[in-house]
Amino acid sequence: MCKDNYYCLFWIISMIPAFGKYMTMLYSIFLKPEKFSIYWKRFVDEVIQLGLKSLFIVILMSGFMGAVLVIQTASVIESAWIPDYTVGFTVKQSMLLEFCPTIISLILAGKVGSNIASELGTMRVTEQIDALEVMGVNSIGYLIGPKILASLFIFPVVIMYSMVFGFLGGGIVCYATEIIPVEQYIEGIRSFSEDNFGYVRYALIKTSVFAFLITSISSFFGYFLKGGALEVGKASTKAVVYSSIFILIANYILTQLILI
Amino acid sequence: MITVKHISKSFADVQILKDVSFVFETGKTNLIIGKSGSGKSVLTKCIVGLFEPDEGEIFYDERRLSDLKPKARKEIRKEIGMLFQASALFDSLTVEENVAFPLNMFTKMTKEEISDRVNFCLNRVNIINKNQLFPSELSGGMQKRVAIARAIAMQPKYLFCDEPNSGLDPVTAIVIDELIKEITDEYNMTTIVITHDMNSVLEIGENIMFIDSGENKWTGTKNEILDVKVKELHDFIYVSKFLQQMKRKR
Repeated sequence: MCKDNYYCLFWIISMIPAFGKYMTMLYSIFLKPEKFSIYWKRFVDEVIQLGLKSLFIVILMSGFMGAVLVIQTASVIESAWIPDYTVGFTVKQSMLLEFCPTIISLILAGKVGSNIASELGTMRVTEQIDALEVMGVNSIGYLIGPKILASLFIFPVVIMYSMVFGFLGGGIVCYATEIIPVEQYIEGIRSFSEDNFGYVRYALIKTSVFAFLITSISSFFGYFLKGGALEVGKASTKAVVYSSIFILIANYILTQLILI
Repeated sequence: MITVKHISKSFADVQILKDVSFVFETGKTNLIIGKSGSGKSVLTKCIVGLFEPDEGEIFYDERRLSDLKPKARKEIRKEIGMLFQASALFDSLTVEENVAFPLNMFTKMTKEEISDRVNFCLNRVNIINKNQLFPSELSGGMQKRVAIARAIAMQPKYLFCDEPNSGLDPVTAIVIDELIKEITDEYNMTTIVITHDMNSVLEIGENIMFIDSGENKWTGTKNEILDVKVKELHDFIYVSKFLQQMKRKR
């Protein structure tokens, strides 16, 4: 136990310089851009790259997840005293509270996080970042700033699509298999509607925080990479692992703060 | 003109540069030569401001780099063009966009003016009808030439070339060397070329510094280098048996 504490302390101390570097990186993002129009173009490109190109996988996963949730919930409800709309209600709660914001964000951490880390890492290895610096460009602001802003803007939109297609997937299963009547499913989705806005708001707040964590942490590992091609792969893995860990920690903290 | 005075630089406990001094002259191709790991690239990165030297001073004409505030340093960087070892073209941009990048970022030129300047620079390095290609679609030599076009787009006062011939065949390497020399004369730039290629040294070496283990061991011109007496440089030049035989015949 004592030895574990030492390891923990050592880990925390060793993280302090990295945290300082991370904060310096965040500070550099907010320095005045050299030319706003170029940064705006980068922002739009990143919205497409990070958000719109992730939409297909998010819609596919959410649709199937909604469908599976309907079947699983309906199959475990055996009591005649529990109304059919409970299935819709359960799907809604699961999708809004956890699946859409958290699980989809974890998936995006894998897809987008590794993409960002490997992109920036390759730029570092091939001296493209040095080229920007020599030109006098604030490379952190130019490369990372638009990524963070784009993710803060587009991830909540992606998550809204996830919610819609999750419900739709469940609805299609109800219609196709008649496991429960579609009307009952819709009634379940709409039940306790006074709480729905709060749940959506909670999901979007969580998503925004996760978006920031995914892009900033992945950028950090890519931008400050040292070494060659092998390190690009390692940075990519680290980006996904650390983003996922911090998403889970933030998820707990935000849930405690917002829902309790 | 760029002057470096008594530059020293260490990483952890390893001293990479030891009291290096040199004057890089305007209108000449100044060469930094030396073995791999001798400190050539570190010296260059200190000069362009990517690394901060532990000791010593760097002057861009009359401007002392260490005295300048970040904003003034940025201004100096706009006067620098740099050709990197691996070209360092931006993968996600086309040839045209790469060359236009500094113009878009730092000038208020119109689209037409930028387009004209880009075409002029690309023509100057003999890249024709390749504007819409991506760097990955070009050969190594073409990538170098596009990188030179990008480096001269802003009409820099100082041009840095980090091993411009690495990975190129001897014919293309000479073409790149000659191009660098022509551009230096044309724009009257202070050009600094880092190389360990003796063909380049003998082709364009007007003002040469030889670095060994982080120290400036010799300075001179391409006409003096073949008769050098400094052991480290002699061993560096006459490393192959062929050249040793050639020297004996001379």
